[in-house]
Amino acid sequence: MKKVGIEVSLAIAEAAKLARVEVVSAYPITPQTHIVEHLAELVADGELEAAYLNVESEHSALSACVGAAAAGARTFTSTSAQGLELMHEILFIASSLRLPIVMVLVNRALSAPLSIWGDHSDVMAARDCGWIMLFCENGQEAVDSVIMAYRIGEDRRVLLPVAVNIDGFTLSHVIEPVEFPDQELVDSFLPPYKPLFTLNPERPVTMGAYGMPEIYTEAKYAQEMAILNSKAVIKEVMEEFGKVFKRNYRVVETYNLENSELAFLALGSINENIKTAIDILKAKGTNVGLISLRLYRPFPSEELLEVLKNVKRLMVVERAMPQGATNSPLFNELSAFAFHNGLNIIMENYIAGLGGRDVDPQEFVNIALNPFKKDGKLNYKIIGVRE
Amino acid sequence: MAKPMEKYTWRDLNVGCVIDEPGSSLEYKTGDWRNLLPVTDYSKCTKCGLCWLFCPDNAMKPKDDGFFGPDLDYCKGCGICAQECKFAAIQMVEDKK
Repeated sequence: MKKVGIEVSLAIAEAAKLARVEVVSAYPITPQTHIVEHLAELVADGELEAAYLNVESEHSALSACVGAAAAGARTFTSTSAQGLELMHEILFIASSLRLPIVMVLVNRALSAPLSIWGDHSDVMAARDCGWIMLFCENGQEAVDSVIMAYRIGEDRRVLLPVAVNIDGFTLSHVIEPVEFPDQELVDSFLPPYKPLFTLNPERPVTMGAYGMPEIYTEAKYAQEMAILNSKAVIKEVMEEFGKVFKRNYRVVETYNLENSELAFLALGSINENIKTAIDILKAKGTNVGLISLRLYRPFPSEELLEVLKNVKRLMVVERAMPQGATNSPLFNELSAFAFHNGLNIIMENYIAGLGGRDVDPQEFVNIALNPFKKDGKLNYKIIGVRE
Repeated sequence: MAKPMEKYTWRDLNVGCVIDEPGSSLEYKTGDWRNLLPVTDYSKCTKCGLCWLFCPDNAMKPKDDGFFGPDLDYCKGCGICAQECKFAAIQMVEDKK
């Protein structure tokens, strides 16, 4: 298969087409816009047989997806930042009704100040909504993840919505080499969606009924079991994807970690910058590794423990502020994880790339060579902040 | 529901808590929420049926004699029937059950 140069947003729309989505409902917002524009074109040109629903807000966009998925359609949406926040209450409904909607979340900073640029404040504000969450480092991963997302979400053992995170602009708006899988291969990997329950007058069911105190706890426990158990299916799907399409993915990826006791850990496309820094460090004789969480929800605990077993110092890089918490969101979770698993690791919290601020690989070289020491004021270091 | 709600474990629930048994809400008796009881003065009642039309729980039922009376399994004592009665035939009184 040959690679083509294509803007990642357009490639994602093409991936949704390859997945034969039946309903697209979205509201345009920068930097997600090119994805839904291209999907609208594909539908209008008759290249994609799908209903494209024009709605008046993101709240309606996801609500329409909930309805379409409940009726049994393979459903796609995409949003960013404020759009995700406007969807917020429906995020929980999609996951607790167990509807396998796929959303490409083009990560962008939340207002205020108004910013259209990338960071992870949007996803971190929605990280615990019961959705499966994948993070992508490049355009090929984004395309492949959209296809895998449907296969994972629609699996009868899972039945959960999946958010595929890609960084706004640094990923969404760049032209990258992408290898598109053949439609026949995608069709064999991803058969049509066969819902367990649908809204159909021939067999009436109630979805979203009232849950009395006698039943609510059991309902939430059942949902928790579903997302925890989904990890085995996610790994199975990634493995099968590798066999069919010859590109291999793991829920936790590493780079140069084999002989290093020092490692970075981050989410998304910033990992490519960190890899560049690691190569620079290696050329200078310092071995530093990278741990990249492709899967963020469910949290890949066992896999992370495995890769952390030789790590003595962990530099966690995040594109989100603590907002009054002790540390940034992923760092807090990792701290608790390390404590409860008895890991003896020095952990440092770095915040970078807020609101689209560029992060030069040299910054990561500096971090690796000059560890942040808590100065009594902050529990973390914001890279490049002018004080 | 085949058994009382408090007997269900998480494994017994359908995916997404879908209810695939139409009419199962009948098994949940809302009558024990009631503090006030609708009492009809049948000398004022004209059998117009507004109480039956407005009852949100379909708990005001037509009787064989053409009058209407509450189904105490489901009547929550909300008082909408008394509010809507054009002839002030229904009074809400304390339910000393």
